[in-house]
Amino acid sequence: MTQVHTPRVRISDDSLALALGADALAAAFAAAGAEVERTSSWGMHWLEPLVEVDGMGFGPAGPGDVAAILAGSSPLAIGRIADHPFIRPQQRLTFARAGRTRPLSLADYQATGGWQGLARARAMSGAEVIAEVTQSGLRGRGGAGFPAGIKWKTVHDAPVSPAHPRKYVVCNADEGDSGTFADRMLMEGDPYQLIEGLAIAAHAVGAQAAYIYTRSEYPHAIAKLRAAIALAADIIAPLHMEVRAGAGAYVCGEETALLNSIEGKRGVVRAKPPLPALEGLFGCPTVVNNVLTIAAIPHIMAEGGAAEYAALGVDRSLGTKPIQLAGNIRHGGLYETAFGISLHDLVYTIGGGTASGRPVKAVQVGGPLGAYLAPDQFAIPFDYEAYARADALIGHGGVVVFDDSADMGALARFAMAFCAAESCGKCTPCRIGSTRGVELIDRIRAGEPVLDAVGALPQMHNAAKAPRGRAENIALLEELCETMQFGSLCALGGFAPYPVRSALKHWPEDFGA
Amino acid sequence: MEADERLAAILAAHAGVEGPLLPILHEVQRVFGCVTPAAQRAIAGALNLSRAEVHGVVSFYHDFTEQAEARPCVELCRAEACQARGVEALVAAAEAAAGSRVKLATVYCLGLCSVGPSARVGDALYARLDAAGLVKLVEEA
Repeated sequence: MTQVHTPRVRISDDSLALALGADALAAAFAAAGAEVERTSSWGMHWLEPLVEVDGMGFGPAGPGDVAAILAGSSPLAIGRIADHPFIRPQQRLTFARAGRTRPLSLADYQATGGWQGLARARAMSGAEVIAEVTQSGLRGRGGAGFPAGIKWKTVHDAPVSPAHPRKYVVCNADEGDSGTFADRMLMEGDPYQLIEGLAIAAHAVGAQAAYIYTRSEYPHAIAKLRAAIALAADIIAPLHMEVRAGAGAYVCGEETALLNSIEGKRGVVRAKPPLPALEGLFGCPTVVNNVLTIAAIPHIMAEGGAAEYAALGVDRSLGTKPIQLAGNIRHGGLYETAFGISLHDLVYTIGGGTASGRPVKAVQVGGPLGAYLAPDQFAIPFDYEAYARADALIGHGGVVVFDDSADMGALARFAMAFCAAESCGKCTPCRIGSTRGVELIDRIRAGEPVLDAVGALPQMHNAAKAPRGRAENIALLEELCETMQFGSLCALGGFAPYPVRSALKHWPEDFGA
Repeated sequence: MEADERLAAILAAHAGVEGPLLPILHEVQRVFGCVTPAAQRAIAGALNLSRAEVHGVVSFYHDFTEQAEARPCVELCRAEACQARGVEALVAAAEAAAGSRVKLATVYCLGLCSVGPSARVGDALYARLDAAGLVKLVEEA
């Protein structure tokens, strides 16, 4: 008996692939008689929409390439995807399933080790689970790098009172930083891993409910998560899990503003203490962890996972970090590897330099509030402490590359303007300082000394009566940055000076010097 | 169904939800295209909040508006990663194409940072936009 071979084609349904026409491409393959499976994305974004036929990749493909791909004669062929030089050197733990499974398939999840961590954790006490998480060395992947095990222990040990009788686990999926998309890819591509991680966290600390707070800018992630939670409801029962959508406020990525937002309040930052671990959501002890922190948990809780995790990385930065290569880079996408990799390797060896082909001028690591690094600093290893020593931060692991056409003075101004637009308004350094920062940068860049209109008023006795020169304005900007950095309530005002100061330090010529 | 009844149905559907205000506002904004002062009054009454508290939340978040937007809306990402990929050079052409017929809004990050410039129309996403692609998107919005 002969069988007609129906080719099996795999195309991602990640929203990045959708934005590049993956749905039309999938429809074209189906019309050509192929059996189409929609999977998560491999994370090689310059090749999206990427088509996989029996393990072999073709990309970036459009509907016009269908016939040639099915005939095996397409010039878009990149060979076996798993052996691609971008994929092979990676150490994918959190993104082990990327490109390999169908996001909402429980069968695929189960077949790739899914739910093993949860089953093992449920056979243990909460304290034992927390001991293993602590042993793994896992630190918060949202940016602050706080040890996850210690946070969980605080919530585990926190007393509940009649007024606040519950405990919560909250997943911070408010991925607002430009240059980051790992949370989105994980929520869309492997939602069950996040759900399993949350269920383990809830078991460990004794929480009854878990919330995932994500951005309204991520409609596909919200839909995938809601569908996945419904399908996995029996597995995670009696835990109640819910997705909450933000409403376009960047500051809600700050954990206390996020908690206020879930409670139905303005996304205004709370003063700490009390820590959310003791008085968090609705005043109850609450774990707040980033998507990537929670998603690392199922692997850590699998047999031998904690020790394997702790064996990776450098110094006190253990395990792997999903790094996002973005901006003006030839090979942009998701690169998960152990801590310690240099920026040079990321930008040139892996990323292939700029997409425009022009020289690299600057790299911003850690989102809009991260420092700009110059090429002479690229030997720096990817490690929380090494970046802190260089007055920079790794944040959520976003790496945005700029070529030599970038105007660093304009980008510094943008950082202050962004802070002004997104400030929650609670503390003065951030609310007022960011606006004054924009004005100061404008004055420095204008070159011409201008007398401040308000300062010139007769009742302003202490204001300078002569316009400040460039050196004085720069000194004032430095002083303002210091006030914001040390006087702001949260990281928005506290870190906005990083891009400004680093730009001013490395590229003074872009400030009209 | 009358507007009042639809609002009442939304409020009833959220009974028993913890922290129901944002989910309610999202639903009201989706159904009515805005959250009017009258709707805010009704929501405040149902949740035992003051009108000021509800108004404070509505005015804080970019997603909620007091007046409906009649024009189609194209949201263009102008955050750092899209700036690095040249979005600013496309803005003038997009604004010219939009005129007064289309609302060209700025969004800070759609999470498509490796394939920018990117834009969103409703729930549909678009990436690797050049001037011609963006103008076409605006014209067809």
